[in-house]
Amino acid sequence: MSHRILIADDEPNIVISLEYLLKKEGFEVAVAKNGEAVLALAGEFRPDLVLLDVMMPIKSGFEVCEGLRADAAQAHLKIIMLTAKGRETEVAKGLALGADAYITKPFSTKDLIVRIKSLLA
Amino acid sequence: MKAKPRFILAAGVLGLLMTGPFLLTALLLFADAKEAERAAFAEFLIPRLPLGGLMTFMGFVGGLILLRSLFRQYVHGLLRMAETMRLMLGANRNFRVTPEGPPEVRELARAVNALAQQRDKLLDDVEGQIDRAKATVEEEKNRLAALMSELALGVIVCNLDGRVLLYNSRARLQFKALAQGPTSMSGGALIGLGRSIFSILERGQITHSLDNIQQRLRKGSAEPTANFITTTRGGQLLRAQMAPVLRTGASGPATATVDGLPPTPPPGEGGDEVGGQAAPAQEKVLDNPFGAELQVTGYVLTIENITRNFEREAERDQALQTLTDGNRAALGNIRAAVETLLDSPEMGTDIRGRFMRVIADEVAAMSGKLEATMNRFADSLKTRWPLEDVLAIDILAAAARRIEEKLKLPIKHEEQDASLWMRVDSFSLIQAITFLAARLQDHYEIRELRLRLATEGSMVFVDLIWSGTTVSSETLYTWELEPMNVGAETSPLTLRDVIDRHGAEIWYQRDKAAHNAFFRIVLPAAATPDAPVVDLAQHLHSDSRPEYYDFDLFAARDAAGAGVDPERKLTELSYSVFDTETTGLLPAEGDEIIQMGAVRVVNNRLLRQEIFDQLVDPGIPLKPEGIPIHGITEAMVNGQPRLDAVLPAFHEFCAETVLVAHNAAFDLRFFQLKEDSLGVRFTQPVLDTLLLSAVIHPNQDSHRLESIAERLGINVIGRHTALGDAFVTGEVFLKMIPLLADMGIVTLRQALEASQKTYFARVNY
Repeated sequence: MSHRILIADDEPNIVISLEYLLKKEGFEVAVAKNGEAVLALAGEFRPDLVLLDVMMPIKSGFEVCEGLRADAAQAHLKIIMLTAKGRETEVAKGLALGADAYITKPFSTKDLIVRIKSLLA
Repeated sequence: MKAKPRFILAAGVLGLLMTGPFLLTALLLFADAKEAERAAFAEFLIPRLPLGGLMTFMGFVGGLILLRSLFRQYVHGLLRMAETMRLMLGANRNFRVTPEGPPEVRELARAVNALAQQRDKLLDDVEGQIDRAKATVEEEKNRLAALMSELALGVIVCNLDGRVLLYNSRARLQFKALAQGPTSMSGGALIGLGRSIFSILERGQITHSLDNIQQRLRKGSAEPTANFITTTRGGQLLRAQMAPVLRTGASGPATATVDGLPPTPPPGEGGDEVGGQAAPAQEKVLDNPFGAELQVTGYVLTIENITRNFEREAERDQALQTLTDGNRAALGNIRAAVETLLDSPEMGTDIRGRFMRVIADEVAAMSGKLEATMNRFADSLKTRWPLEDVLAIDILAAAARRIEEKLKLPIKHEEQDASLWMRVDSFSLIQAITFLAARLQDHYEIRELRLRLATEGSMVFVDLIWSGTTVSSETLYTWELEPMNVGAETSPLTLRDVIDRHGAEIWYQRDKAAHNAFFRIVLPAAATPDAPVVDLAQHLHSDSRPEYYDFDLFAARDAAGAGVDPERKLTELSYSVFDTETTGLLPAEGDEIIQMGAVRVVNNRLLRQEIFDQLVDPGIPLKPEGIPIHGITEAMVNGQPRLDAVLPAFHEFCAETVLVAHNAAFDLRFFQLKEDSLGVRFTQPVLDTLLLSAVIHPNQDSHRLESIAERLGINVIGRHTALGDAFVTGEVFLKMIPLLADMGIVTLRQALEASQKTYFARVNY
């Protein structure tokens, strides 16, 4: 059974790599380009894990994270937050709001895959 | 005085002695005589009675005159002598009694003088020993103070009440620069020994920082300091660091806490503290983990005015921010793409192309961003250059060394004016000279460079001269805009940056006669630094200790509430000793103040640096007869502030001190006439050295300032300027305090009451 992963990022330049990599690893992948689309797709696509960018239009990654965690139907969903800001305070906020992991750009793709697999195991 | 009734008594006794025996004899004879004898006696005597009476009276008058003269010479003379002897006892050791009056009194005077001589010798011996011991301690203190004064940072030391115990000249300058207002010493930025720091910095801020420090101390922090940034009344931005002054006490906490406090708290203590800020009013004793008590007795503030730097620093921070966080996303995209490419050899050409484009785009964007940030960074880097005054030949010598070392290019020095100073950032200027030399060597293969130094007006010319090859001005223009890279050394700055930063210019010039060409850098000259200028050279005693610190104030405690407590000792109070010069002697008839001078007395010291010295435009013509006295001319008062501006500033200067003046009533009358219209009121207690002199020496004829100064052994310099007189008055006052104490006058209230009782107090102006 292949896991479903939702990529939530508005930057096509990172989405292209993530999408290619995850598909290659055998995951089922969907892409959302803003915060609202994430919440909408979460119901439809029923992902096992979300790669959530913090800086997104309409709704920020933090808001989306809160929204997902408030939804009882998504209780099993794993959330990995991606951010371009390296501040510790932000990491703390993401984890406090319910993210399972927090990854700062630039990151190693290998580490990311390892991280995803361990969360889904 | 007790001499007067004694004189009357003596006169009575003389009268009785002269008439008594005669009357008694007559009475006895009369009683013994027969009736007829009595009648004959009366008949003979009565017509002759006036003659006898007259003779007796004349004798009596003669006796009186003799008695009075004796009284004068012996009683009064001795009384006066006793007064002057007391002077030798206290205020003026070098004073000697002038032998005058009858020989016996003169002999006594000589004996007293001899005795005094002997005592002086003994005292000098003892004092010499004490002085030598003291000098060592004093030297240490002075060395510390001197070190502080040399710091480029403003340093202020306060006790727990916020009273300033030490400040360095940098701090004084910083706050002087903050001062605004019509006079040189007003504007709410007064700094002085014993003054409250809260007039400059916010009380809440200080209390808060102190609390932080105490918490840190309790936790045993190695660095119990606090930093804060605050704005002053004038809107300036100050960065301050606070560090505690600690005393490790051997005594228990209970005794240490009351240490330095008066045994009984002054009335009204507690409730009078402003807005619950009582926290720092008592010394804090803290137990640190090592068992010893750390007692905070005060704090050191290092203060830096960062108003100007602040914007630039913010910009620099932003630049750094853009360089780091701003590149994370792009770098993340590139890294992900590259790693995907590497890990996916199976990828189709089409999709591989898309990945490549991602990388190309991101790299291009990053480069652009980096470029932009670097430009901004270089901009803010420029403003960091602190320019300093340096000797021009030193710069040239350093540049020559550098060029010879880096470029192996021989340098020769042409005529160089060794006395020239310029204001530069030496590092970047040397870099610029080296850069030019490198370019000349690289592009024009010059074999030798000569350096010349000249001056014209307020400009310094630095010439880089070479022979042979000519360069075009255009070449220099290009070089100006290139980063100054020499070999492996790179710089974000261009030659133009360096030139602009110095307010300098550079051009290319040819000297056809000498067959050479040169680049000329023109820099603004700096004034040749003199020996440090001392404000009041004429008043300074070389042997006096620096007056910008007084660590004895550590122990000083504020009385509860503001204002001056009349129950405090004269030795504990702070004073503003002042004098005014006026157009004339009649304030009610339109005479005006033309100069005000004042000096502070804190902890029994005259603080010659903490002064108020201001000419005042009276708004009326000066009287020609006054000019020789005060030496102030129309030209001097023209353009000076009016009293409307000066009096409030003076009022601020005198805050929380006792006013002292010679013949204070005169000066105060001038103030009073203005108080209503200006809304400033001098409500503090006033001590008058004229009245105090009359209290101390009621039998002296003269209580003029000169006479008192002479009596008390004070050298009078610079009299008849307001400040000069204030200095003399201040010294006189300081000498009077122990004399008053000898008479049992110790507190301010006692001094005020004694002044009021003197004869002179009844003379009202």
